[in-house]
Amino acid sequence: MSTLPWLHPERVALLEQALRRRILILDGGMGTMLQAHELDEHGFRGERFEHGHDGHAQIHDNHAHPGGCDLKGNNDLLTLTKPEIIRGVHEAYLEAGADLVETNTFNSTRISQADYKLQHLAHELNLEGARLARAACDAMTAKTPHQPRFVIGVLGPTSRTASLSPDVNDPGFRNVTFEELAENYTESANGLIDGGADVIMVETIFDTLNAKAALFALSELFHQRGTRMPVMISGTITDRSGRTLSGQTAEAFYYSVRHARPLSVGFNCALGADDLRPHIQTLANLAESYVSTHPNAGLPNAFGEYDETPEHMADVISGFARDGLLNLVGGCCGTTPAHIKAIAEAVRNHPPRALPSATQVEAA
Amino acid sequence: MARHTRLSGLEPLVITPDLLFINVGERTNVTGSAQFKKLIKEDRYDEAVEVARQQVENGAQIIDINMDEGLIDSEAAMTRFVNLISSEPDIARVPFMIDSSKWTVIEAGLRCLQGKGIVNSISMKEGEAAFLEHARKVQQYGAAAVVMAFDEQGQADTCARKVEICSRAYELLTTQLDFLPEDIIFDPNIFAIATGIEEHNNYAVDFIEATRELKKRFPDCHISGGVSNVSFSFRGNNIVREAIHSVFLFHAIRAGMDMGIVNAGALTIMDDIDPPLRERVEDVVLNRRDDATERLLEIADNYKGKRGEAVVETLAWREKHVRERLSHALVHGIDLYVVEDTEEARQLSTRPLDVIEGPLMDGMNVVGDLFGAGKMFLPQVVKSARVMKKAVAYLLPYIEAEKLRTGDMGKNNGKIIMATVKGDVHDIGKNIVGVVLRCNNFEVIDLGVMVPAQKILEAAIAEKADMIGLSGLITPSLEEMSQVAREMQRQNFHIPLLIGGATTSRAHTALKIEPHYKAGTVWVKDASRAVGVAQSLVSKDLVEDFLAKVRADYVDVRERHRNRGPGKQLVPLEKARAHRFRCDWAAYEPPQPSKPGVTIFEDYDLAQLRPYIDWTPFFQAWELAGHYPAILTDDVVGPQASELFRDAQAMLGKIIAEKWLTARAVIGLWPAANVGDDVEVYTDTTRTKRLTTLLSLRQQADKPIERPNLCLADFITPKEFDKPDWIGGFAVTAGLGIEEHLARFQADYDDYSSIILKALADRLAEAFAEHMHERVRREFWGFVPDEVLDNDALIAEKYRGIRPAPGYPACPDHTEKTALFALLDVTRNTGIELTEGFSMYPAAAVSGWYYSHPDSQYFVVGRLGKEQVEDYAKRKGWTLTEAERWLASNLDYEPE
Repeated sequence: MSTLPWLHPERVALLEQALRRRILILDGGMGTMLQAHELDEHGFRGERFEHGHDGHAQIHDNHAHPGGCDLKGNNDLLTLTKPEIIRGVHEAYLEAGADLVETNTFNSTRISQADYKLQHLAHELNLEGARLARAACDAMTAKTPHQPRFVIGVLGPTSRTASLSPDVNDPGFRNVTFEELAENYTESANGLIDGGADVIMVETIFDTLNAKAALFALSELFHQRGTRMPVMISGTITDRSGRTLSGQTAEAFYYSVRHARPLSVGFNCALGADDLRPHIQTLANLAESYVSTHPNAGLPNAFGEYDETPEHMADVISGFARDGLLNLVGGCCGTTPAHIKAIAEAVRNHPPRALPSATQVEAA
Repeated sequence: MARHTRLSGLEPLVITPDLLFINVGERTNVTGSAQFKKLIKEDRYDEAVEVARQQVENGAQIIDINMDEGLIDSEAAMTRFVNLISSEPDIARVPFMIDSSKWTVIEAGLRCLQGKGIVNSISMKEGEAAFLEHARKVQQYGAAAVVMAFDEQGQADTCARKVEICSRAYELLTTQLDFLPEDIIFDPNIFAIATGIEEHNNYAVDFIEATRELKKRFPDCHISGGVSNVSFSFRGNNIVREAIHSVFLFHAIRAGMDMGIVNAGALTIMDDIDPPLRERVEDVVLNRRDDATERLLEIADNYKGKRGEAVVETLAWREKHVRERLSHALVHGIDLYVVEDTEEARQLSTRPLDVIEGPLMDGMNVVGDLFGAGKMFLPQVVKSARVMKKAVAYLLPYIEAEKLRTGDMGKNNGKIIMATVKGDVHDIGKNIVGVVLRCNNFEVIDLGVMVPAQKILEAAIAEKADMIGLSGLITPSLEEMSQVAREMQRQNFHIPLLIGGATTSRAHTALKIEPHYKAGTVWVKDASRAVGVAQSLVSKDLVEDFLAKVRADYVDVRERHRNRGPGKQLVPLEKARAHRFRCDWAAYEPPQPSKPGVTIFEDYDLAQLRPYIDWTPFFQAWELAGHYPAILTDDVVGPQASELFRDAQAMLGKIIAEKWLTARAVIGLWPAANVGDDVEVYTDTTRTKRLTTLLSLRQQADKPIERPNLCLADFITPKEFDKPDWIGGFAVTAGLGIEEHLARFQADYDDYSSIILKALADRLAEAFAEHMHERVRREFWGFVPDEVLDNDALIAEKYRGIRPAPGYPACPDHTEKTALFALLDVTRNTGIELTEGFSMYPAAAVSGWYYSHPDSQYFVVGRLGKEQVEDYAKRKGWTLTEAERWLASNLDYEPE
């Protein structure tokens, strides 16, 4: 696996060079930015889905009829119906200083799109999502050649869990299998790679078994394609119990995904930076790879909104950087370009976490 | 990061040198454990999960899972079992080892594993290409691998071949692939020694020497093996086997073996082995002399069936200090010296109460801890309680005197009122819970059986109880419990309510009881959970969190229940009736009884019933899992089960010889015909005068065409065929006269004997029903005069016809017992009475119907639609509400 050549060796070289020099900046939340546009059902549908179905699909395609299903809230669909908005979000984060932007593909898997009866779009959403981010990054890189920008192709957790039963009376039951997940991720990853992603990130991992299916699919895909891409892994510690939703501690989580020999490993979402710190510390102590984090802007308040200010978040994160825990940092739910800008400034003068030298795998 | 093997379940396991030896639990393996195989084959996954739990509790750091058995769908079993234990945090915290000789089964297991586990095993037996392909997949799934010393030529047996094959495998894995050396675990094959075949004598030495060399060559790798193989030729003799394991491991670990598949918890310490045995075992393991096997065989039988050094110990413990003697007596359940020891302790104490709060409670705490850790089982705990009660009884007069003098009342953990609810007479489970709670220093006020709600509540107020525990076995008790909860709410109670008993469940408690009572209702699964629950409820620190968790859990259960949507749709009653069981009635000849009418059996000989006893439920009553007779030799509960069985056999002997119990029965056979879903019963074959009409319920599940919607009445010839068919009825008891003996045990503080006696009476009653049924088939009805079936075949229901009991799945309406009792005049003929809840007293009683049709079978009526309930109410002369109350457990809808 790690003996395969890179698909884009020159871009990997640039990325690794940057990672050795400084703490790289990831982008921030997508959802918060989209809310500002106050799109209604009509807005989400755009022209293509205006008439209640997919105007681009073949007449006889059974999947092409979303029927009575509301599409509002299907943020990933905006890649197709409102590409200018998505591109605008990418640009705002790049302007704020992000080195890497994440594709708008968090829910672009067959399983998650099936909630909108749009499973037939899975490949297209990933392909177009990667193309949009690619175009934004390339335009920015042209403006700031000393600071190349990179596209992270995002594989989200899906709406199902492979190691938890949805039925309390039947703990042995599962509503999704490893194979289904692996097929889903293969399809999505193909779209991301073909659309021009530089890195694939398996993120917001609630259930490590889902992530393992994604990592399995990626390794199989790289094996078939004969080339590989760097992989970033980011888990989610769901609450202050310090475990993933599927019950693992941070250390157990790392050992479960380490076989993928990732470029980076980290945690994102669910918690704010303060609460994530001990778990990032655990990874920083153990990981052979780079360490990333993109926390939420604090915990949600009574109205489900995130209200941690850019200043506060940047302040906490500068502590991470000062103590040498970080290689990549950005934001998740509730964060905005203002947060990313503040974070970028806060970590600018701190050196990145040094990799443990003995068993550095990716450098090989 | 140092090169250590880094595995994970929910928690990490880093194999550092200071761990010395990793215990891999071997009991969840169908090829190694007959008990586990049986559980899987019989689809008893709940119990199989408990086997895994015990392994982890006994110190297994990894558990090995193997489903390789021809009659099992190994892939499906692997998937189901791994998914199940993944949902148990106290099991899933350790990494799993997926063990199979079939790659597809290994992959099925890996696909369920969120942590980093181990594959057991891959090898070069199918050549290098297949080996590397499997190894690559293992890497992709993120697991470590056991590499077996096995190549195209076969399994390596000599040291040289073991080393050669493992070295070649290492080379391939680290050069052709980038397999991490620390993720390679060699298994250089442990083979049986002392088999009588000379070539086998050096097998242990070969393994140990190969281990030494491999560890030298590949220090980052690990060496493992299935340890119990080595002693295979001594199976049946656990003492010798465990000694061989200890000696083998001692030497193999020193040579570098750092992982092994073992029976965690059953490893003897080298120093504990009887010296002559140890010497001869070492001779065999290390192949030190030619006659080593013969010499071990010479003495092996001396250790057979013995449990350690029990004989020597009995003498030794009497020499110790009185505190330790009391503790020993409690832990081992020995009541022989307890009075004299208690007296001695009393004389050494300032106050008599100090004896209880000091040495006795200390001893009981040890018992509680051992029980909690799964190292003691219920029968032992109940015996310990007997010792405790005797000591306390001895001290009581002194304590009373002291109280009068000082007014000091002493203290306990808390007070619980326990009762079997109104209409129900079953109390074995409740008594066990009571004993276990008393062992943990709770004051238990047991109100007995058939206790009305008001009496329970009054007692709780009068005693200032900290909680109330309700128990019940029959389905109408569920409704009664819900009634008690409503009453507690209405009367403004604030103490927690505990629910237990065989028909209760978390779901029922969450849906039907807990919502009615605000102060907290907790379902207690079994006696082993009772202490934890009760302690949490009386602890000021824990109670709020505990109840909040339980409430949240029940809200969740209700939520999921609501969201579950309609389950399988029922079919309309009309359709179910159309899809009834049919046979060629025109060609069918119903058998005519040789002795129609009612026959009474007074004072039946108990000795005749003894061979008909089905022992498995007896052990279940004591929460010992397993089937008789295999349970007697079970690795985990075998010794306790055997001891309990011996005690039960001894008492059974006395029950029979000294006529403790009287068995009586009544049977009857009457002309009958099927009309709709009912059976009309007549006075004689002219079928002019109807005695009664028996009502049945029909399955309404949506069933495939070849499987009819069954109803008991279908097994009787329909009236229109005008053929004389028959139905039978019976009621038997073996519990008459039990009270006197229970009182005797009670006076002697002997719960252990009291529970054995009740369980035996139950068994005798069931045996009586089995025996009577056989006689009916052979003599009284006589449709199979030559039937010869052994007890196993009888238990497996291999006979023609059935004997369904009202209140059980085929005819869930308990109230139909009224018709049965009237037909047979049961109470006058046998002394069995019906309670208002339609439970029988004495509890050791069985009643039911006889059906003779060759196609008649036991079945579950299951869910009923409102239409059928309405129809049934009309036939029965009930209001709809009455019908819904009695059929509550079967309703497919929420009654208004």
